[in-house]
Amino acid sequence: MNVRRFTALSFGLAFLYLPIVALVVYSFNASPRVTVWQGFSTRWYEALLHNEELITAAFLSLRIAAINATIAVVLGTLAAYTLVRYPRFRGRTLFTGMVAAPLVMPEVITGLSLLLLFVATQSLIGWPESRGVATITIAHITFSLAFVAVVVQARLVSFDESLEEAAQDLGAPPWRVFFLVTLPIIAPALVSGWLLAFTLSLDDLVIASFVSGPGASTLPMVVFSMVRRGLSPEINALATLFIGAVTLGIVGAVLLGRRSPRS
Amino acid sequence: MRGRATVIAVPYLWLLLFFLVPFFIVLKISFSEGTLAQPPYLPLYEVTDNGEMEITATADSYAFLIEDPFYAEAYGRSLRVAFFATLIALLIGYPMALGIARSKPPWRNFLLMLVILPFWTSFLIRVYAWKVLLQGNGAVNAALMALGVIDQPLQILYTDGAIYLGIVYSYLPFMILPLYAALERLDASLDEAAADLGASPLRVFLAITLPLSMPGILAGSLLVFIPAVGEFVIPELLGGPDAAMIGRVLWNEFFANRDWPVASAVAIAMLLFLVIPIMLFQRYQERPTR
Repeated sequence: MNVRRFTALSFGLAFLYLPIVALVVYSFNASPRVTVWQGFSTRWYEALLHNEELITAAFLSLRIAAINATIAVVLGTLAAYTLVRYPRFRGRTLFTGMVAAPLVMPEVITGLSLLLLFVATQSLIGWPESRGVATITIAHITFSLAFVAVVVQARLVSFDESLEEAAQDLGAPPWRVFFLVTLPIIAPALVSGWLLAFTLSLDDLVIASFVSGPGASTLPMVVFSMVRRGLSPEINALATLFIGAVTLGIVGAVLLGRRSPRS
Repeated sequence: MRGRATVIAVPYLWLLLFFLVPFFIVLKISFSEGTLAQPPYLPLYEVTDNGEMEITATADSYAFLIEDPFYAEAYGRSLRVAFFATLIALLIGYPMALGIARSKPPWRNFLLMLVILPFWTSFLIRVYAWKVLLQGNGAVNAALMALGVIDQPLQILYTDGAIYLGIVYSYLPFMILPLYAALERLDASLDEAAADLGASPLRVFLAITLPLSMPGILAGSLLVFIPAVGEFVIPELLGGPDAAMIGRVLWNEFFANRDWPVASAVAIAMLLFLVIPIMLFQRYQERPTR
């Protein structure tokens, strides 16, 4: 690797990682004033354990993220399958647009439009009775499914259709072909899609803030109200736990991926 | 073909109901009159007692956006900040993507993973990290003072500079990935041929590498520019209290002023601004390739 390229990469990666490293270091700072170092301590991790509001919000977020990811994978896969395998049906152009649009839609607009929908349906048919977990989950599914569709689409396009045709020729009905041939082949994309949808949901502040109601605060909503007030050593500890979990997850996924001989 | 109809219908109906219909509701409310009620807007028409229909739709919200210079400034600032942040991200991201694409294959995946990894950690936390670093007595000022660049702490936090930094930092992976995808596909022998024919490294870059990576440049720029225009969290946490960017304006119209018609009009106008670069990109992608 030549020197110039090496320099560009090192500076770029340092830019990406230094803030994260700084948060991890500060999370072990004994001082309540975040930027003044006063010796090593794990007191903020203890404080985190006793912060009921944060813990409740974290479990709520994990639940929403898991439900969202599961439904988004089903809908996103159906959408991707439609786009790749059905080149012709009425309303396809509109469908293509609707699958792609959430990818580039500013969050504030998605959030506002869904809230206005929920307000309208509430006065029309009385649903949803109150806004909270259900409305946040629906909102998250709507944008997550677009991301899942992109990931699954890429996998569907690159796979050998003659495998499906062979199964068909041997007399398998379409649903069997799908579950025995197509599904196992696109499985890695479904896993990545699920993880992506899970992360997007866990990370979303803006859309959840719009469509949530009283009593349903997700983790980003609680964190946001804390950091808006100022620096908080507890957030540093939370960030460190987050970074640790993500790093473990990614390293684990890479090691697992290495072990399996195919793909 | 019942199976096929179901496969299409399920995601289709979901998106119709939760994506397209909400969009039209925003459009509708942007033409409604605001009122002090729950919900705070009037219907577009009313049927009076003697059965006549009275149209109450109004373009007041849009007139308001045009008349009050506050909104024009907010759109201008959002587009300016998004444009320059995209440019900076491109200038930082391009050499990185090139560096990764020209590395030996076993290194590539590892470096790519290093670029993606921060994206998987919380966006909010990464923005917050800069709030910590940019404090008056934070690490950035301390480092600059130790290096002798400055002798007084700089006010970086709550300036537009901090917003640029936040956007470039948060969206850099979105710039690098499409650039890498375009650069990785380039045939290295083209560069070598040009070099053998006597072109200087700069000329090789300008005449061969840069034009061939143009699809990646455009895709990456779009992926940074679009979310940056509507960004709420970064200006809210890192920008000054009067740094009106359009995402923040929409949020405040809705949550603080409870003016739903104006918030909806702000949203529709923002979409109009974003449709232009997206359509240009589509045209570019669909142009006939030789």
